[in-house]
Amino acid sequence: MSRVLPRLVLVVALPAVLVTVWWLASAGSTNVYWPPLRTILQAFPDVWTGERLRADVLPSLLRLAGGYATAAVVGVALGTLIGSSPWVRAVCEPVLEFLRAVPPPVLVPVIMLFAGIGDIMKVAVIASGCVWPVLLNTVEGVRAVDAVTAQTARSYGITGVARLRHVVLRSASPQIFAGLRQALSVGIILMVISEMFAASNGLGFTIVQFQRGFAIPDMWTGILLLGLLGFLLSVVFRLVERRALGWYHGLRASSRRSR
Amino acid sequence: MRATNAALGAAGLAAFLALGEAVPRLGLVEDAYFPPTSRIADALGAELAEGTFWTALGDTLTGWALGLAIAVGAGILAGVVLSIVPYLREATASTIEFLRPIPSVALIPLAVLLYGTELRSVLLLVVYAAFWQVLIQVLYGVQDVDPVADETARSYGLGTWARIRHVLWPSALPYVMTGVRLAAAVALILALTAELVIGAPGLGARIAVAQTSQAVPEMYALIVVTGLLGLLINVGARTVERRALAWHQSVRGEVTV
Repeated sequence: MSRVLPRLVLVVALPAVLVTVWWLASAGSTNVYWPPLRTILQAFPDVWTGERLRADVLPSLLRLAGGYATAAVVGVALGTLIGSSPWVRAVCEPVLEFLRAVPPPVLVPVIMLFAGIGDIMKVAVIASGCVWPVLLNTVEGVRAVDAVTAQTARSYGITGVARLRHVVLRSASPQIFAGLRQALSVGIILMVISEMFAASNGLGFTIVQFQRGFAIPDMWTGILLLGLLGFLLSVVFRLVERRALGWYHGLRASSRRSR
Repeated sequence: MRATNAALGAAGLAAFLALGEAVPRLGLVEDAYFPPTSRIADALGAELAEGTFWTALGDTLTGWALGLAIAVGAGILAGVVLSIVPYLREATASTIEFLRPIPSVALIPLAVLLYGTELRSVLLLVVYAAFWQVLIQVLYGVQDVDPVADETARSYGLGTWARIRHVLWPSALPYVMTGVRLAAAVALILALTAELVIGAPGLGARIAVAQTSQAVPEMYALIVVTGLLGLLINVGARTVERRALAWHQSVRGEVTV
């Protein structure tokens, strides 16, 4: 208990200070673009409850989930394949490098040609952007498998699926998770862009509507909501990561303690 | 081995280009949507002959380079300071976790209101996006410092600065380099996005114009240019990385898996 309290203070202190500063600094603001925080917070519940939650927030989240999941599966699968064979890597590298180098937002017009402006387009855009951090990190992780571990596994006759699961993916997983974490923020970016470009609902669409209509406090609530959303997603991500990488953090912690 | 790799890569690339030529020619996709490689190449040649194209390229590169430089400097500095000052990492964790995932594109409406289509709009988005990539990688990297190495350095009586220089920095460097590489890519993405969505001058704005005027081969040609640009940036970053990490496992020895 005596250890929980200081930690809690640490977590809450800086945000509290920042919010207070923002609140006080903006309290008397007459600048149209920087409305007082109080006004923004008052507008928040009016803007983001009821109908809009269902009509804008939910579709955005579903598109993000679809694109992200696709990217994660494809990225890890392809990354493992490419990372574990020097031959495959040599053949694919230039093409992959090029495809990876194309900035995903410029694909929005192209994917629009093929998939119209529906949900498929948005999921495809999100997946096409998220896949690269995962793929890149998986390749690096698979390549950097500890030589001793790899050879030990070989001499014990661990091959095939077991080797993939227990040796390769296991030792690449810290890198894979770093990639997934980056993909998450890329995914949110692309979700918003694809909705700003062509959509009739979704968070990106709504925020741009507010900006065009000069509903500045409403626009700010949108920015805050995106922040909250990103925050929640990354908390969920961390919970998953902590479970999946428990052995890794445990290893680090125990080697730290044993010193 | 090097030559073999290059040959294999060239074969892969040639197969990819041939596929791009064959698929629309065989009518597998509508060539109004997906023109064959040769027609895109023609459009690309026409673009390269135009002066306005080079101006646009310059605008894009300016936004990218300035934004990236600011973001990398700030990211490394902030990451190292946060990691070595006791409690600062924990005190700032929740704030970083909150600010980082705010997609920089959410700031597009604000950037438009504040700066219109100026370079500053682009910079606002680029710096905000690229900064977190570097910062997070630095924080991950510092976490990955081998406790034994750190302890050894301590027991040899190395001071804070010497430990940053000789233990923390080399251990974190692979992560930092990955961070810079990703930040370079993200910076390009955001620079082009700003141009595409806000209309700030640059390649992104030209793509938007090509799209609205139904100039499909030109649109593809410009996209190829952005891809090549990204490629160049990535190859550059990789070269720097290889130089800086010549001693590291992932560069030094290929693990036979």
